Formats: sequence, structure tokens, C-alpha cells
Amino acid sequence: MSFNNKTALELGQMIKNREISSVELTRAFIDNIEKTDKDINAFITVDAEGALKTAEDVQARIDAGEHLSALAGVPMAIKDNICTKGMLTSCGSKMLYNFKPPYNATVADRLYSAGAVVLGKLNMDEFAMGGSTETSYFGAARNPWDTERVTGGSSGGSAASVASGEAVYSLGSDTGGSIRQPCSFCGVSGIKPTYGAVSRYGLVAFASSLDQIGPIGRDIKDCAQVLSIISGHDAKDSTSIKTASLDFGGCFEGDIKGMTIGVPVNYFGDGLDEDVKEPVLKAIDTFKSLGANITELEIKITDYAIPTYYVLACAEASSNLSRYDGIKYGYRRKDCENLLDVYYTSRSDAFGMEVKRRIMLGSFVLSSGYYDAYYNKALKVRRLIKNSFDDAFEKCDMIISPVAPTVAYKIGENSSDPLKMYLGDIYTVSVNLAGIPGVSIPCGFGANNMPVGMQLIGKSFSEPKLVKAAAAFQNATDFHKMQNKYMKGGRA
Amino acid sequence: MNYQTVVGLEVHVELATKTKIFCGCTTEFGGEPNTHVCPVCSGMPGVLPVLNKKVVEYAVRAGLALNCDITRVNKFDRKNYFYPDLPKAYQVSQLYLPICRNGKVEIEVDGVKKYIGIHEIHMEEDAGKLVHDPWDDCTLVDYNRCGVPLLEIVSEPDFRSADEVTAYLTKLRDILMYLGVSDCKMQEGSMRADVNISVMPVGSSKLGTRTELKNMNSFKAIYRAINYESARQTELLENGGKVIQETRRWDANKDATFAMRSKENAQDYRYFPEPDLLPVEISEEWIENTKNTMPELPEAKRARYVSEYGLSEYDAGVLTSDRDIARVFEGVVAKGGSPREACNMVTGEMMKLMSETSTLPEELNIDAGKIAALIKMVADGKINRNTAKDVFAEVFRYGADPVRYVEENGLGMLNDISLVESTIDDVIASNPKSIEDYKNGKEKAFGFLVGQTMKTLNGRADPQTVNDILKKKLQ
Repeated sequence: MSFNNKTALELGQMIKNREISSVELTRAFIDNIEKTDKDINAFITVDAEGALKTAEDVQARIDAGEHLSALAGVPMAIKDNICTKGMLTSCGSKMLYNFKPPYNATVADRLYSAGAVVLGKLNMDEFAMGGSTETSYFGAARNPWDTERVTGGSSGGSAASVASGEAVYSLGSDTGGSIRQPCSFCGVSGIKPTYGAVSRYGLVAFASSLDQIGPIGRDIKDCAQVLSIISGHDAKDSTSIKTASLDFGGCFEGDIKGMTIGVPVNYFGDGLDEDVKEPVLKAIDTFKSLGANITELEIKITDYAIPTYYVLACAEASSNLSRYDGIKYGYRRKDCENLLDVYYTSRSDAFGMEVKRRIMLGSFVLSSGYYDAYYNKALKVRRLIKNSFDDAFEKCDMIISPVAPTVAYKIGENSSDPLKMYLGDIYTVSVNLAGIPGVSIPCGFGANNMPVGMQLIGKSFSEPKLVKAAAAFQNATDFHKMQNKYMKGGRA
Repeated sequence: MNYQTVVGLEVHVELATKTKIFCGCTTEFGGEPNTHVCPVCSGMPGVLPVLNKKVVEYAVRAGLALNCDITRVNKFDRKNYFYPDLPKAYQVSQLYLPICRNGKVEIEVDGVKKYIGIHEIHMEEDAGKLVHDPWDDCTLVDYNRCGVPLLEIVSEPDFRSADEVTAYLTKLRDILMYLGVSDCKMQEGSMRADVNISVMPVGSSKLGTRTELKNMNSFKAIYRAINYESARQTELLENGGKVIQETRRWDANKDATFAMRSKENAQDYRYFPEPDLLPVEISEEWIENTKNTMPELPEAKRARYVSEYGLSEYDAGVLTSDRDIARVFEGVVAKGGSPREACNMVTGEMMKLMSETSTLPEELNIDAGKIAALIKMVADGKINRNTAKDVFAEVFRYGADPVRYVEENGLGMLNDISLVESTIDDVIASNPKSIEDYKNGKEKAFGFLVGQTMKTLNGRADPQTVNDILKKKLQ
């Protein structure tokens, strides 16, 4: 039986109906990973033994009549910057090549309780810094639609594993677009939740005030289901908002008549490839035909989003990554002369170029004499960006935009030009700066038949509304059902 | 030219909370290395801090006691630097919005009172400890102390002598211990100070270049170090030299300070707001509640003992020198002991026994009701004062019940006057030499005869009665 055209919710239902067992399904996906991942490199760790054991446990509990969740027994995988007890959590870095956390991230705990079967840990840009998964110490992940091309990043392994049929759904993290952009590049769906909606406890920090964990799946309903499991207040994360988990009841049916969708015209100007612009404009037409009101607006201040983002994200990263000093865990250079030598050589050896670049940038903007000119100013601009979104949401329910200015490019094509790479984040970073949610779903194909995604942005905790619009779109279109050769040929 | 010493202090006190500032680990001192740790305080990847509210409460209490303004919206900042005892490579502290500002403390030296300004008090986390292992010639890290909450109390450079510094530290320690916010045990490092010292010409208002002594943990060392450092700087300047701004180390064995190899002045801590913690808002109501539940501070207590109980300034000072001694005294008074007698017992017998048995005030485990009962027995003429002292020792050492103890050991005062009289007659009869001496004007002989009588009566007679009868019989 092929499970590749099935969503996580459908597979969960099949397990519940005894049409298939979790063990059977898990084994099929492990076989699939073995066959496919040499091409895709989506996984850093495959825990076949652990996954099968979990599947057996979960199946036994289901057989005993326990209701764990709608996704119980469905195999999935987790980005390698989310701590899993006893399982390598490398962050795609040589620095943590041997780090096995002594604890589970809150999201991992919640997934385990819901009966998730964790197949393993997913490839990513080193410490989530990058937009292509090329900066991983474990080698670049490859796009299932064209293995010469990047998956996007930093959650490249998370998107590629779902797109290639190696996992039914996955968790990623999004600091400046790291869930949404690889979803666009790989033709899958994903949600970057409101800041504070999902606990960050156990997510290895890149930029603490921007990071959020979110789901990636075959369609938006799967994502919503996962989000309802992992969201909700967590006492271990002070920035987690004191609210119940997100509820998507009633979001998958009904129409979107009367909903107002804003189109920021300045997002569709220079720098956006025509082959990306066209499917997004068509998606706007689809929404119109579904009964939504379309209104044009401008969010000018987001022109400053990229410099603001890189100042703040790098500043926080420079501090967050200081703990990797070769003393307590992870990589340490042997035969050092003295303490400083341990610090210098261990960090020089084990961090990649992009990470070093950002640590230097961040240290610079926090230095005395530069703090006000860069860090403090960026904080002020961040506030203005938040305000301009607030203003926009006075006029509309949500905003539609491209996710990235291009389709997935060739591996190596941009890696020598960090500035060009940073500009690829233009449509996504301001959402993180404003702390609001963004959804990324497939809306067509661009040059070289590579997938193109669109982004729906709403105000804080408007995920149900965004999901409703995205579900209406997916009910009316088939872009999310398109299959690449790995999906088609997958054994699972 | 004469030079004036100028000192400013940064005092670190560990707060007496049960758990650490950002996790649930115990703050208990000691413990095998790295047993009071969890992923949070050992800085594992992915962990997040959750603020212990008790820390804020204690900080507000200390701030109010030190006459500070309380900051309503508090933020934490990260202080970034690399050191193996700091597992996150940053210390969560407060730079931009410390919880308390603009306080003052009154001190008195040689009868002269003055105020020392408190610039600010901020909350922060402690670091771990490095332990050198001489056997393997390596350095080990113990993270038990990591995340123990600290208050850093920064004074203005208002001190003009080592005596003023000692007076301030003593007062600060008394206040903080009374508030119950810290046990201020210097030997365990729960109170330590960074001392900034400079000198300037007398009459000048321009501060000289300062040097800093870090992590000083004894009042005596601080006192000696200030005097040494002030003399060193004065001599330097008098010989046309210049003081270099640097961190110096106090060597107690050599009784001198030495420059440390340190680039610290060039260090940039790259402070920025801690993104993992939300701002802490302190409401008016919270401040009012704290004010209303503040324990009485030593100064107020002392004044009250003088006005309410009629004790001398000196006695009141001794009783309030420690929170636990005052606690025993007040307990005795509450149980009906007269304040005068309670004071005598506590400052006399009790403190003597404490020093004999090396008992610390916080270890005092004596029932105030029993002391009150003892005082009552003396007042009622049931036992005499000498007996009371012996009974007190029994109460102190073994928790004896004084009434029962007196009864069981037959220590009650004799009411049988005829027995006293016949005993005196025996003593007179068997000591003719002393009688003669007494009649020849040797007052000492009288005392001897009283002593002999008391001894024969096992000390149970009222010495005054013995005196009176003996005098009458010898006339």
C-alpha cells in the first residue's frame, strides 16, 4: 500500500480504524529513509530502533483503547536544534557533534504524549543560520524536486523530509523565515506561529526574541493539528504567553466570503522574480473567486527589515552561542596551552564561516560605542515595523505575499555571497520582528518546474483565521498534492 | 600635602531563598560538587530561565530598608564574558534598570553620624567555583553555586576611612540578616565586597584614580587593605608617582596588596536586555505589602528597648546585635519575665554559655518560657540568684524544666529560720579565730563566716537573711 498521498490526519485515522498499525507504517517510513536519504540528506540522525519501539508502545496503548491524539502512531521527525533526551542534537554543527541532551524540549514532550513516533533528527543550517541548509556540518540537504538545488533553510531537512515522503510531518524552527522559505522551496505547508504561542524550552537558541518552533506538513490541516498539540503556555518558558493551546475547530470547512486580504504592493516590486510573482498573483485571484475582498496597501517600513533583523538576530546569537566554549560539552580542541587557547581554537575549529560571521557582526553591534547606533536603533525600528503591521491589520484580516523572491537555486550558487543570501529573507523577517504568525503554502510552480509558495500573515494569535484561509485555498487547488519522483517512487 | 582616603563599595550578598534565581535547584551551601545543578543552571543548550519571585521580594525588602527608590518596571540584562565558572558565558544581571536606586544608610563612628549613599542595588546570578586539583594538576569546575541569587549593593564613594567602611558593613549585615534576606556568612562567601580605593588632597573635591580589590570576604581584611592601599597610594603621589587604575589582590599573609595580571579595564561586557525574561513590574500594592510586613530593624528595636523597657543604650545594643538574641529576649518578656531581669539573663548567663559552648545565635534552641519561669522563681524568693545561674545552665545545655529541676535537686530556698540560726551558731562555735579577727576589725572574716554558713546549707539560704542574723549574733 502506498501512504504517500496520505496526510498525517488520514494516516492517524487509518491507525485508529486498525487499517494499518503504527509499527507497519513506521517500518515503511524507515525503509523509505534508507532508500531516499542518500539523495536528499534530510536526516542527521535516524533512530530506527527507538522509532519502532515507540510505535509498538503507542500501538499497544491504542489497542488498549487509549486516545492519545489524532496523530497517534504517525511517524514524524524533528529539526536537530530541538532537544531530544539521549538523542544527538547537533544543530548541524561540529560544535555539538556529540551532544546528547539530558532533557526533552517541551514540544518533544508534548509530541511524545500525543503518541508521535520520532524517526530521527533533521538536517539544518548550522545553528539555524542560513537559508539553504548548505551551512550544515553534515552536508547540504538536497531538494526532492531537483537534487542539484537547495532545500531552502534553515529548516531544510524538515521541509525536504516531508516533500520526499521520508516523514509524514516534521518540526522546524523559524527565526527569520526558516520554516516558511524551505516550505516554499520544497512545495510543502508550514506555520511560523505567533511569538510565545509555542514553548521555546529546549529549542537551542539562535535569536531568542525571534525564534519560534512550528510544524511542516503535507497540507495546512496537518500543520494545524500539530500546532494544536505543541502550542499553549509552558511554565518553563517565561516568554510563552499564558493562554490555552491553539484551537482550529471549524477552520477546515466553510467559506471565506467577506474576509479581507491585504496585498502590500511594495512586496511585488523590484527584486521579485517573475516566475514567483505570477503564481502568487494567481493565488490572489483564487482567493477573490472564493469570495474574499482584496485590498491593496503598503507596508513601507519593512524596507528596513533586513538590516534590523540582522543587527538584532546576530546580537542575540553572539551571546547565545558564547556557551559553546569547549569546556562543558561538545567539541574541544586537544593539547591546548591554556584556557584562552581552548576558547580560541575550539571555537575556531568547530564553528562554520556563516556562524562566525554572525557572531562577529553581533559582537560588533553590542560593543560599547556602537550599541546605540546599531542595537538600540534596530530595537526602535523593530517597534515601528510592529506598528505598521498593526496599522495594516486595521484594514484587513490578513496579508498575502511571496515567501521568497526566487525558487530554489542551485547548491553553491549563492553560498559565496552572504548579502544576496540575506536579501532572500526580505518577505519573511519582518514577520518575526513583529512577533506575528505566518503561513507558507504551495501555490504553483516557477522556473525549472520548482515549487513556489505564498505567505499569509496575520496579527498575533490569528493562526485559526490564517489556517481557515489556507485550508479554503487547498480545498480549491491541488498544488499541495503534487508529487516529485521521490514521493511517487517511495515505497511507503 | 595631606591626603584623604576615599572608598566606595560593591557588596555582594547571596539571598537566603530556598531555590536558585532561575531554576528549582537548592541554594544550600556545600554538597558534593555538581549535585545542586540541572540543565538550566548548568547552561545546557536550549534551556530558559524562569525568575524566582522570592528574589524580587527580597530585593524590594532590602531596598526599602536601605531607603531606596524602587524601580517599578524592572529588566534584566546579559553581561557577556568568557570564564569556565560561567556556563552560559553571560551573567544575567541588571544594568539599565536596577531594582533599587538612591538609598542611604546612617553610620556612626566615634560618636559622629553620617549618611552613606546607596547608588543602586541590582539582582543577578552567582557563578560557579573553580577548584584546583593539585593531584592531577588540573582545574575542575563546581557549578553548585551557579544561579544562586545575589544582590549587588553599590555605594557612593562616600567613605573617608576604614572605620566608616567597617561601621557600614556591620550595619548592612545587621539589616540584611534582620530582614531575613541573607545569612551574610562571610566565611561561606554569602557576603563579599569589591572595594574601590583612592586618595585625594585634603580639601579637594576631585576624586583620585582608584584601584579595586575584588571579592574581599572578611571585615578585618577589608579594614587592613584599605589602610594599606591608602598609604601606598599616598606614598606614590608624594613621590611624584601616579596611581594606575587596576585591580589589585590583597594578600593577608603578607599584609599587602599586589597588582593582578589583568586586562579587565579593557573588557567590554556587551550588555544588552535579556530576551528570555519579561520585564518585572512591581506594583504600588506590592511595595505597600512589603512595607507592612517588614520585620523591625535593629535600630528601631534598640530605640524601643530603651523607651519601652527602660534598658540602657548599651544593653539594648547588645540585645539587638543579633536577630536571634533579640528573639530570645523578646520571647522571655512575652512570657512574663521582667525586661530588666530578662536582659540580665540573656546578656549575662546566656551569652556567656554561648561563648563557652561555641553556640551561634542562629543555633539557639532555648525555650524562652523556661527562662521566664526561672526569673519568676527568683522574684518570688523561691531560689536565690546563685542557684538561678546554675539552673540556667541546665536549661541552656539540656533543656531542663527549671521548676522541676529545683524541686528534684532540693535547691529551693530555706524558709526554716531556726535551721539557719542553729547553723550560724555551729559556724560561730567552730571558727573562734575568725570571730576574733572580725572583732578586731577584719571585714573579710565576716564574709568567710557567711560563706561557711551558705556552704553548710548547700546555698539554699537567702544570703541577706544569713547576713542579718550573723551580724545580730556577733554584736
